[in-house]
Amino acid sequence: MTETSMNTPSGSLFAQDERTKKRNAAEKRFRMFGLAAIATGLLFLVILLTSILSSGLGAFQQTFINVPVYLDEAKLDKNGNRDIEDIKKVSTFGYNPLIQQAIFDSVTEQGIETPLAKAKDMKALLSASAAAQLRDDVIANPDLIGQTVTFRILASADVDGYLKGRVTRESVARDKNTDAAHLDLVDELRDAGVIKKSFNWAFITGADASESRPEQAGMGVSMVGSFFMMLVVLFLALPIGVAASIYLEEFAPQNKWTDLIEVNISNLAAVPSIVFGILGLAVFIQFAHLPQSAPIVGGLVLTLMTLPTIIISTRASLKAVPPSIRDAALGIGASKMQSVFHHVLPLAMPGILTGTIIGLAQALGETAPLLLIGMVGYIATDMPDGFFGGFLDPNSAMPAQIYEWAKRADPAYYERAWGGIIILLVFLLTMNIIAVILRRRFERRW
Amino acid sequence: MPLLWLVLIVLGLAAFGYVAGRASALKTANGDARLLHSLPSYYGYNVVLKVLAPAFLLLVLILIIQPTIINKSVSGMIPESEIGEGSSRGLVMAEVRRTADGLDNAVAAGVMDKEAARVLTTGSADVTQILKDAGQIVTNDITQPVLEAAQRYRVMNGAGNWLRAGAVILIALAGFFWAMKESHTEFRARNSVEKGVLAILIAGASVAVLTTIGIILSLIFNTIEFFRLYPALDFFTLLEWAPSFSGRGGSSSLGILPLLWGTLYISLVALLVAVPVGLFAAIYLSEYAGPKTRAFAKPLLEVLAGIPTIVYGLFALLTVGPLLLSVFGDDSGLGWMQGQRAVLTAGIAMGIMLIPFVSSLSDDIINAVPQALRDGSYGLGATKSETIKQVVLPAALPGIVGAVLLAASRAIGETMIVVMGAGAAAKLSLNPFEAMTTVTAKIVSQLTGDSDFASPEALVAFALGMSLFVITLAINIFALFIVRKYREQYD
Repeated sequence: MTETSMNTPSGSLFAQDERTKKRNAAEKRFRMFGLAAIATGLLFLVILLTSILSSGLGAFQQTFINVPVYLDEAKLDKNGNRDIEDIKKVSTFGYNPLIQQAIFDSVTEQGIETPLAKAKDMKALLSASAAAQLRDDVIANPDLIGQTVTFRILASADVDGYLKGRVTRESVARDKNTDAAHLDLVDELRDAGVIKKSFNWAFITGADASESRPEQAGMGVSMVGSFFMMLVVLFLALPIGVAASIYLEEFAPQNKWTDLIEVNISNLAAVPSIVFGILGLAVFIQFAHLPQSAPIVGGLVLTLMTLPTIIISTRASLKAVPPSIRDAALGIGASKMQSVFHHVLPLAMPGILTGTIIGLAQALGETAPLLLIGMVGYIATDMPDGFFGGFLDPNSAMPAQIYEWAKRADPAYYERAWGGIIILLVFLLTMNIIAVILRRRFERRW
Repeated sequence: MPLLWLVLIVLGLAAFGYVAGRASALKTANGDARLLHSLPSYYGYNVVLKVLAPAFLLLVLILIIQPTIINKSVSGMIPESEIGEGSSRGLVMAEVRRTADGLDNAVAAGVMDKEAARVLTTGSADVTQILKDAGQIVTNDITQPVLEAAQRYRVMNGAGNWLRAGAVILIALAGFFWAMKESHTEFRARNSVEKGVLAILIAGASVAVLTTIGIILSLIFNTIEFFRLYPALDFFTLLEWAPSFSGRGGSSSLGILPLLWGTLYISLVALLVAVPVGLFAAIYLSEYAGPKTRAFAKPLLEVLAGIPTIVYGLFALLTVGPLLLSVFGDDSGLGWMQGQRAVLTAGIAMGIMLIPFVSSLSDDIINAVPQALRDGSYGLGATKSETIKQVVLPAALPGIVGAVLLAASRAIGETMIVVMGAGAAAKLSLNPFEAMTTVTAKIVSQLTGDSDFASPEALVAFALGMSLFVITLAINIFALFIVRKYREQYD
């Protein structure tokens, strides 16, 4: 206590003196700091979510061109005998002029004036995948040849970007494919209903595409890769984690070995994830010669990574089962093992499942270890064939796919990456909600 | 015999064993289960355990050993002359394996029969073309030694697979008959099964230890290999990071110090964002907030912790970076910042990620300070904030330091944010607007690049990983020690 505070107050009790006012102001200030910190944290969350949603929702919309194409018999089937081998000989180069002509025709038909006087100028409007799409349809159904069929064709990334506001007249000035005249034409065609935006199922179910075709790329294949990885994690990490927890919590004697395991688990939980990637590379790929980029290797690495999480939460829920349950079982003649497996484990199950789901969610979003075992850089264009192919065929995974897109440094691919993040977060959100529901509904408080 | 069939056969035998063991035990008791030592199902489980455990153990052992033996014996067949410039024995062996797979596929596709695949020579047929026809991707023209090695590889693998199947089935059968012989009234089946289950539980617990051993071994062996090619002194003291791109080493300077500096600088920025915000949020939540605010704000803050790091990476690259550039870049007239990737970009994104980490750990620790300390302070007339500043925080300080250290170790080991937000050039600079790189980012770039796996440029990643592992481990152990010590103080 200082001397001043020992003095009797000079003024009225109802009027605060200078010092009290100062202390109260400091109190208020401190409180404000706390509130501001929470507000800052929440503000960051809001900024993060808005930038994800505002940049990513566009990926779920895609621009298509609806155009009737005359499938010229003279070009696609010169012999006229509809022999499938002959039709297959016509490469996508044979289809391109037909599509360009079709768009050009519909432009003239609508009476739109444009400086683009040649059918060839329409190329910039089209995705490079359009010809392949037509060719596949014709090969699947050769009777279409000679008819005029209306196709729904992917527009090029520039056109798509223009309708979404990503591409502007200024940015197009530096582009060598598209120029302002194309954008004018796109405006007219959109008003005429030829070019339309619609929901992009291909983004959710489709495969990755080459660097020059962002309009075609989708998450589907990498989702399958993630799914098989999660299967591996679930079927390895859950049993191993539960076995380890039961041993440590119920059976382990207090000795050096048990201490070692305990210290080990708490340290493993804090090892940087990239180190698990190094482990996977050295042990599973270099030493055991498992195939690179295969979901099974990714799954094994993620299993080792999630194991500590699952063990820690499983032990917590085993600990939460009161000892009276064990004592009662032992009292009526059950063995120690029977009391654990027949009584303690079922009662701890909701907690264990909650912990497992949270561990799986963590594994689903992990990227760094996957970089080292070759799951990034692999262009996932094909669905794996069959159940075992799903584990062994090279594939990508959702976060790896997002990273791959972000690396391509193309605004059209950035949009896909944000869109991929929305899909990933939807999965994580669902898993966490399931975990919360499980906990609320089944967890017993003793 | 394919692996899948082998596993299915053993599993089938185990299922049959359950039924047979149970039935045979009941038979010795003349159908009266009360005469048995254990419940009838335990006799069944006894058979299952004795079939599965030894068989699968042997299978795993063979699966680990077989490729090593075959690789060793086959790679001995490749003459030194076959290993070309810029290549290695490992690469040629990969070619051999591909060729062998190709021959398998060719046989399976019916392009050639088994006998032809065994005696094929490069002189008699265009092997590369045949394999390409069979849908196998082969890069080089296959030479005679490679082909011979591949044929040998196939033969050994084939024989090995049959041997493996035979051995595994034999041991499964042996287990089966052993357990069947035990299925009688006198046998203590439950005790035997419980002993087996306990062994399985212990094995589960050992996986964690094996993981650590695996991490340490894979780091140590490759690090030693690296130090054999590159002087350790240079690695730890050189102030320059400039790997040569030729993949042949020699002119590379691989000093860890610039990377370490980048790592620490970015972590420092991250902590400067995360610690004040996280700490004040924890203080407010635990000391001021009512139950309603707490129930609303705490889970929302923790959402930040559940978001994958790839999201923060993209956020740094596409939102934080451009934002900082528009404020500090050439456009605003300040001209401090040249590119979107910078120490600040990665640091801020990482700081946001660490906020819930700091806040929830500190929250726990502040809550653990005994109420009596607060009451004593209030009794002396202190205001709430004075109590917090002069009593609660000093009492919680060791724990909070531990929490900050744990956050720092998380920041040092973080990969995705720095790979996407921090840049690629290693620099020793104090300017937070400059792009720098970190240990983790370089591990990724050295191991995913084109350089040969045996070159110092690739192996350096293991030395970096080892340094990272040691640093984070030391910080973690120290932090856990502090936190535990502090908890004991008030327990």
